[in-house]
Amino acid sequence: MPDETARPQASGVDRPATASGPGRVLIVVYAIFAVGATSRAAVQIATRFDEAPVPYALSAFAAVVYVLATFALARTGTTWWRVALVSCSVEMTGVLVVGTLSVFDRAAFPDATVWSNFGMGYLFIPLVLPVIGLLWLRRTRPA
Amino acid sequence: MITGYAIAVSACAAGVAIWAFVLVMLNREPEKPLLMGVGAIEALLVVQVVISVVMLIGGGQPGSMLTFLAYLVGSLLVLPLGTVWALAERTRSSTAILGVLCLTVPVLLLRMVEVWGGASA
Repeated sequence: MPDETARPQASGVDRPATASGPGRVLIVVYAIFAVGATSRAAVQIATRFDEAPVPYALSAFAAVVYVLATFALARTGTTWWRVALVSCSVEMTGVLVVGTLSVFDRAAFPDATVWSNFGMGYLFIPLVLPVIGLLWLRRTRPA
Repeated sequence: MITGYAIAVSACAAGVAIWAFVLVMLNREPEKPLLMGVGAIEALLVVQVVISVVMLIGGGQPGSMLTFLAYLVGSLLVLPLGTVWALAERTRSSTAILGVLCLTVPVLLLRMVEVWGGASA
């Protein structure tokens, strides 16, 4: 089957693939967060999981979401587009829920996840990233 | 680690990042001078790793050895891997990717200085 996602459609509707053009910049930022969150969660869980199991488990969960979003955005096809949509939506929800909880219940979240305080420790990039991700997915929505 | 050297490398990387983003505004694909700039940053990072390893062997004690070593390895991989990804499809977005990659260098080095100075994570 020809790869229709990569080129303009006969109808004149140009839907770029998620891994093309500006999407490639987005994927790099996702990849950086995927690697960073994964390494951080791995160190936290390997060295001091007992200190704060819930935030460290959340760190690991966030890492999985970033890895999944990175791979899904880098692939073409409707299925991967849907996986990316789910990943970015979960990420958006995660940063909002964990961000809110961490502000109102400081004791439960000793600043240990990327999503604490809406990602303030990471220049709020974790808050902005899913918004851009979802906007990009809307632009690249399969016909 | 030598903090002054880390600051100097960070400044150079920030400079290359700004250069890249200016080229993005001018609608340019990555050209050889910019790629050489990225290569120069990588060379400075290699020297940074050598300095750090020598200081570790000499008895340096970062707050977390595991974290510090992970950052050492990571700092060498970001630019080469990212550049391969950037050049796989050459558009102005490739230039933007190079800029983003260079921006990670000051962040990585800042974290490394913190861990070197005793921070545990």
